[in-house]
Amino acid sequence: MASTQGVPPAYNNAVIRWIDKRLPIFTFMHHEYGVFPTPRNFNYWWSFGGIAMVMLITMIATGIVLAMNYTPHVSYAFNSVERIMRDVPQGWLIRYMHMNGASFFFIAVFIHIFRGMYYGSYKNPRELLWILGVVILLLMMATAFMGYVLPWGQMSFWGATVITNLFSAIPVFGQDIVTFLWGGFSVDNPTLNRFFSLHYLLPFVIVGVVVLHIAAMHVAGSNNPIGIDPKGPQDTLPFSPYYVTKDGFAVVIFLMIYAAFVFFAPDFFGEPDNYIPANPLQTPAHIVPEWYFLPFYAILRSIPDKLGGVIAMFGSIGVLFLLPWLDTARVRSSRFRPIYKWFFWVFVLNALVLGWVGGNAADAELAIGSMHIPLLWIGRLCTFYYFFHFLILLPILGKIERPLPLPASIAESVLKPAMAR
Amino acid sequence: MRKLIATGAFLLPLLAAPAAIAPALAEGGHGPALLPAKFSFEGPFGTYDRAAAQRGFQIYKDVCAACHSMSLLSYRNLMDLGLSEAAVKGIAADVTVQDVNDKGEQIERPGKPSDHFRKPFPNEAAAAAANGGAAPPDLSLIVKARPDGARYVFSLLQGYVEFDKLSDQEKAAFGLAKDYKLEDGKHFNKYFHPGEQGYKIGMAPPLADGAVTYIDGTKNDLPTMARDVVTFLAWAAEPKMEDRKRTGVRVILFMLIFAGLMYAVKRKVWADAH
Ligand code: HEC
Ligand code: HEM
Repeated sequence: MASTQGVPPAYNNAVIRWIDKRLPIFTFMHHEYGVFPTPRNFNYWWSFGGIAMVMLITMIATGIVLAMNYTPHVSYAFNSVERIMRDVPQGWLIRYMHMNGASFFFIAVFIHIFRGMYYGSYKNPRELLWILGVVILLLMMATAFMGYVLPWGQMSFWGATVITNLFSAIPVFGQDIVTFLWGGFSVDNPTLNRFFSLHYLLPFVIVGVVVLHIAAMHVAGSNNPIGIDPKGPQDTLPFSPYYVTKDGFAVVIFLMIYAAFVFFAPDFFGEPDNYIPANPLQTPAHIVPEWYFLPFYAILRSIPDKLGGVIAMFGSIGVLFLLPWLDTARVRSSRFRPIYKWFFWVFVLNALVLGWVGGNAADAELAIGSMHIPLLWIGRLCTFYYFFHFLILLPILGKIERPLPLPASIAESVLKPAMAR
Repeated sequence: MRKLIATGAFLLPLLAAPAAIAPALAEGGHGPALLPAKFSFEGPFGTYDRAAAQRGFQIYKDVCAACHSMSLLSYRNLMDLGLSEAAVKGIAADVTVQDVNDKGEQIERPGKPSDHFRKPFPNEAAAAAANGGAAPPDLSLIVKARPDGARYVFSLLQGYVEFDKLSDQEKAAFGLAKDYKLEDGKHFNKYFHPGEQGYKIGMAPPLADGAVTYIDGTKNDLPTMARDVVTFLAWAAEPKMEDRKRTGVRVILFMLIFAGLMYAVKRKVWADAH
């Protein structure tokens, strides 16, 4: 797809030449990351893929060090984490980086996903690229859920109990599946052990899917803020040095915000209850999952039937797989979709409200003056809207919306930015 | 860049909105607000007031240790609070610990700095049985294990009210049920598990004005003692906090400079692309 590709670079170093002739990894890196032609008009929202990658590496690096000092046993897990916090040199830093890293990994990935939704990055020819992204999200959720169980605090234990129990809603086999997941008849030592094993494994599966995700991107090429394909060299820039420096700057800013939490508010995203050792005989007053699960938790609770709730919760992610076909518009970028553009922001707001509902007690009420609105109703409304957006709005909108005229090329839109708004 | 800032300016209030409506939530059982207090260890540069924490340890040792364990601490950790090695040896030697000698016999010996803090009860059941059914929780992490933990413990220690002296009006203000009854052995505390049937704590008021005479002669009224013991408990919950903040200041400064450099490089590289 690009004129700069195909020409092998001349390496001065004899060792590199020797290796490259037998295994052309240097040529590969040069093509895919050096001269790789990248649309010249990226904004900073395009940096979040790279940021997510940095967070994944951070999680694996800190996780491996934690695992050297962690003991996966119900009698020792809690204290081994506290030993990391108190006695292992710089252990507090590694643990806080891992704990807050999970939150910032999700922040980066959520922004990355919303970016894709705004600019239509899931449309032909990038459907598979998008689907691989949703697979990564699912794997991240499983990994983070099992990681949260490891410190074996009250929320670890009761969160694991509530979430694994959801599977009991499955007809006929439900209870057997739950027993199988637990490795016994309650959340106990076998559960902790298997969660540790899987928590160590899944990040590497994520790495594998990320490789596929990026490989698919290098076939289709990147989308860009105006959503039309590059038509020639005047529309692109080599990835290095242009986007290496731009993404590099974005990564440093992101890591700075992350560091501010690690060093100055490390327990901001956490629950005080998880500093109480797990106690199977004492249920906490409010069992809340980590913040990144809250919108999905709200969807789960808004359906009165247990099985229905579980289906809706998994469906809320499942529907993302179908997004490339549910959105019928031919234009990719919202910049040229005068109506969808607004509905996109309504969708973001709706997701935030769902998260807020999920974080409050199930029977909480919102008081406006003398009116008391149960949050359950708000959650139901938002759940309805979530599915309405994907299943009804997007298919219809694509048919009836009149897109704005597209610029002739990326270069033209860069030269005359006023047109691209 | 300008667009990014504009988008950020649009998104921030969106994110802040839930926090703004949260207080409007009509949830049952909100007790009185915690006592306002500022602690030395708060804020990005806060450190533990060593003198207060040492006095706080004296309170723990003389009062709370009768009921509460602090199993994550060893006597040697007290040196981080500025106690001398000799003082720590003396404190450890004051307690008797169970051990096994090299013939395999059960013995009792004086404590050593490497020993963990002595537990007042052999197990949780014994602790509960001796305290009317409610086991005193381990205090190692108590400040982290409660929302706004430092202020909460500070308030709790000063939150006891004589229930019999409450007027009907005051009872109504606490939102107590009509059939509210304080069982024997329970005490009424303004900050403990608020609710229609709440405020019942199994711990008798552990501190009162003058309860402990400080070695250093500091005034021993209840607010001072509460503040001192909270400072000690906050240190116990996160002894590495000062390290963390110190490192954090350096990391953020470094990253600010690094970000400036990256921005300059990016500008330079992109100069010919626009
Ligand atoms: C006579 C025994 C006794 C002494 C002495 C004592 N406590 Fe307690 N404490 C208890 C018991 C029993 C509980 C559990 C109360 C309950 O759950 O109802 C408790 C609970 C607590 C709690 C937890 C409250 C909560 O939110 O669950 C804190 C904090 C606390 N004590 C602090 C202290 C401090 C600080 C001191 C020393 C100044 C102290 N206690 C001295 C018996 C004691
Ligand atoms: C996709 C990447 C990962 C995510 C999202 C993730 C998430 C989490 C979360 C949320 C916790 C709980 C933190 C806490 O409250 O203390 C945790 C704990 C833990 N994780 Fe990970 N993790 C990842 C990768 C890894 C890897 C690769 C390893 C090791 C090989 C690892 C090892 C551990 C250990 C030992 C703990 C328990 C210690 C602790 O709780 O601090 N993690 N993880």
